[in-house]
Amino acid sequence: MARRETELTRQRLRSAWLFLTPMIVVLLMVAGWPLARTIALSFTDANLADLQARQFVGLLNYEFLMTDPDWWRSVWNTVFFTVVSVSIETVLGLMIALALHEHFKGRGLLRAAILIPWAIPTVVSAQMWRWMFNDVYGVINEIMLFVGLTSEPWAWLADPQLSMAAVIAVDVWKTTPFMALLILAGLQMLPQDCYENARIDGVHPVTTFFRVTLPLLKPALLVAIIFRTLDALRMFDLVYVMQGNKVDTMTMSIYARQQLVDFQDVGYGSAAATLVFMIIAVFTVIYLTAGGVGREEKA
Amino acid sequence: MRSDRNVLVLGAICGATLTLCGHGSPTAAQELAISCGAVGQELALCQEGVAAWSEQSGVPVTVVSTPNSSSERLALYQQILASGSGDIDVYQVDVIWPGILGTHFVDLGADFDEEVMSAYFPSLVQNNTVNGELKMIPWFTDVGLLYYRADLLEQYGHEPPTTWEELTAAAEEIQAAERAAGNSRMQGLVFQGNAYEGLTCNALEWVYSYGGGTIVDEAGEVTINNPEAVAALDEAAGWIGTISPQGVLAYQEEEARGVFQAGHSVFMRNWPYAWALANADDSPVKDKVGVVALPKGGADGQRTGVLGGWNLAVSKYSDMQEEAVELVAYLTSYEEQKRRAIEGAYNPTITALYEDPQVLDANPFFGELYDTFVNAVARPSSVTGTRYNQVSTEFWNAVHATLNGTVTAEQSLAQLERRLDRLARNW
Amino acid sequence: MNGAWRRWVFYALLIILFIYTVFPFYWAINTSLMSGSELFEARPWPPDPAWSNYVSIFREQPFGRQILNSVFVAVSVVLLALSLSVLAAYALGRIQFRGRRLLLFTILGVSMFPQIAVLSGMFELVRSLGLYNNLLSLVLSYMIFTVPFTVWVLTTFMRELPKELEEAAFVDGASPFVIVTQVFLPLMGPALVTTGLLAFIAAWNEFLFALTFTLSSEQRTVPVAIALISGASAFELPWANIMAASVVVTVPLIVLVLIFQRRIVSGLTAGAVKG
Repeated sequence: MARRETELTRQRLRSAWLFLTPMIVVLLMVAGWPLARTIALSFTDANLADLQARQFVGLLNYEFLMTDPDWWRSVWNTVFFTVVSVSIETVLGLMIALALHEHFKGRGLLRAAILIPWAIPTVVSAQMWRWMFNDVYGVINEIMLFVGLTSEPWAWLADPQLSMAAVIAVDVWKTTPFMALLILAGLQMLPQDCYENARIDGVHPVTTFFRVTLPLLKPALLVAIIFRTLDALRMFDLVYVMQGNKVDTMTMSIYARQQLVDFQDVGYGSAAATLVFMIIAVFTVIYLTAGGVGREEKA
Repeated sequence: MRSDRNVLVLGAICGATLTLCGHGSPTAAQELAISCGAVGQELALCQEGVAAWSEQSGVPVTVVSTPNSSSERLALYQQILASGSGDIDVYQVDVIWPGILGTHFVDLGADFDEEVMSAYFPSLVQNNTVNGELKMIPWFTDVGLLYYRADLLEQYGHEPPTTWEELTAAAEEIQAAERAAGNSRMQGLVFQGNAYEGLTCNALEWVYSYGGGTIVDEAGEVTINNPEAVAALDEAAGWIGTISPQGVLAYQEEEARGVFQAGHSVFMRNWPYAWALANADDSPVKDKVGVVALPKGGADGQRTGVLGGWNLAVSKYSDMQEEAVELVAYLTSYEEQKRRAIEGAYNPTITALYEDPQVLDANPFFGELYDTFVNAVARPSSVTGTRYNQVSTEFWNAVHATLNGTVTAEQSLAQLERRLDRLARNW
Repeated sequence: MNGAWRRWVFYALLIILFIYTVFPFYWAINTSLMSGSELFEARPWPPDPAWSNYVSIFREQPFGRQILNSVFVAVSVVLLALSLSVLAAYALGRIQFRGRRLLLFTILGVSMFPQIAVLSGMFELVRSLGLYNNLLSLVLSYMIFTVPFTVWVLTTFMRELPKELEEAAFVDGASPFVIVTQVFLPLMGPALVTTGLLAFIAAWNEFLFALTFTLSSEQRTVPVAIALISGASAFELPWANIMAASVVVTVPLIVLVLIFQRRIVSGLTAGAVKG
């Protein structure tokens, strides 16, 4: 019997690596080289005008980064943006998912509707919101004036405080569907018998949610949050199209892009990109440790 | 059953691959590729010009369209050029890029000697010369202008302003009177105040018109921290919240045009393109708009406008440099520029075209533009070389902060000087 | 709490939600039917619908072809990413082996780099493979942001599946490959459709790689094509045309969601009963 077990384990191990190989090969190809190259360039003074003429400068780029207030500003902006937008998206996404999990008339329509924001190319939707946020001919001010929320049109995109709020509002609009859909998929894979038992025992729905649904949903929820957080920490296109290189809303990725592309400073920009990677890695480790995802004993 | 279907789908995809992807270096052997314009009238005009040359020379040419946004376009060019790729032979290049992309372009000085180039605006030729090498040939140009509501100025008894102070006074008066008359959205002046290259153009016009120089002078010295520049920025900062809405600090060209064209502003700073649109049949301000050179700063100032526009350059990595140069010569010639001016209102870079009767017939306001082009000021892009974008970013950030009221003009220019001095070691 | 009242609140919230998500899209349609200066007034509906904007986007560039390009790229990305990750997820989710956790983290690490930072390296890779200006370059490069995500999500779901099913199959002598494809795959319906859909949309909307790796308008995808639309001059933004193009490219996605939505609902239980 024990012998059969080891034989089986060995067979399973073999097939594990067999199954993993195609993915590893593809990832090594598309990610391995570009990432290694970026990290290597971060230790040089490479310039886009002539990439070949580069010299090793050690940690100099990182030293400069550490002392650049604009970099720290962008780190703060990104973290603030991430924490606020991901929190709102999680709560809202959870609510939407729970609603869509119910049976009601027009559910299909609503499910298609919530995907629309996610489906419009960011390049376009960010521009569209720019248009809608305009202080003189934008529809948002128009509605606010009409409803009586304000007597003066707001300069959404110009005011340093409001512009961050505007960016977050658009990001919530755009990515809540992603969250809602992932959570919904998680909800639908939950075993139904727990609910039956809870219902028979007469447990209040709210209690059921916190005691039964949420714990069961945790793995799916965590994965959704992790990927949203990773995406938010790398936030680039939405903010870039809406606000450009403005310091009030500049994220880490926009900072890196400005150095890499606008300023042609490939070495320094690569260092910034590598730091973005490291900051995100730290975030992820904290998340995963706190959430207990990926622990060995679970499988 | 299920896996059968997957196989079918895969098969269909592979079939599609053959027809869809094919393979394709865009430039087969003995074919030129030129990048000009984004999809629209600009591209169509370019295609016509290229087709005419192609027929005449027998060399096939592909036209590659690139993004409308100039920063996207620059990023794409950099990527292609930095890899030493010859996929594009002729590039359409912004006036501020000679320093940034110059190392990738051939010196055209031998093919376009001084005599040929003397027909073009000298400021453009100078702008396109980096370290004595002529990197690109001016194709069409742009300059900052002041648009005004002729009907409103007449109604309130004002002449088009010649100084910024006059403009401010007229704008205040008309804005207050119009708002009192029920036009609650009326603004005095709109311009490009977003933190981007457009603000550098606007602010340089203010600073230069007050005699405050060009941020960095021709010798590469940082000159921005001077009393005239402070006065210019103080004046501009005073507009925000009075004659200009706070929202102007997020405006680019189209937002400014939107407000002006809907009839919500007395004055607007913009490029020549807005003229045709403001006078289009569906425009609420049709026939109510005038255009004039931007005001000067105080009595001793100078009227000016910032130079914009596009040039053609030939890639070092091109396999067909000779033909590419010929194509550039054709497209920038008197005749071709004349065609583009008549059909598309593109401002020529050859001075004589501003006296050509047919061109003036098609674009009556070109005559007034001529003086502005002669007096136009170029951004310090050649002297700062690859660092221009950094200089411009520092400048617009400093100006944006001043307009926002976060810092005073004096503080922000002093700080800007320190930051630019540090950069100056590298140009 | 009163049942009828609760129902009202529920529906009211749904309606607010519906407006919040759909209004900007309505505004896009509204804008796409405006002409000229009407754009600069916030009008609730177009006074005189201008369908010409829709005509002109197809006339000025091979827009139909570009939509096909996007469909091809997105479908291939989904099929490739899902087939790679279903296999990987089985190994990562259900088999114990050394280095498993490290591997999971490494995969996640791939998606931690800003896209702009991998652009240059990816560009060199694409050129060296001879895939420049070829749609396959996009299929390949999109793996960098789809695979980590699909692997992680599918691994999580794979782990939740009941152990008994697998054991029963083993007793019947099924190989791991058969278990994945015949036993687990049918149960993964909602997860597969959801992740596939999200990967599809991500690929459909990608801009930076698509702009950099393709050059001729016959090879371009939809987001790039939209970014290329310009007016008569460099500064003019032909907003109505851009919105018309966006509406055209969003409609297929909505149709796609409507087709697949029954799959999204059909839960694990439904699958298990049939299985």
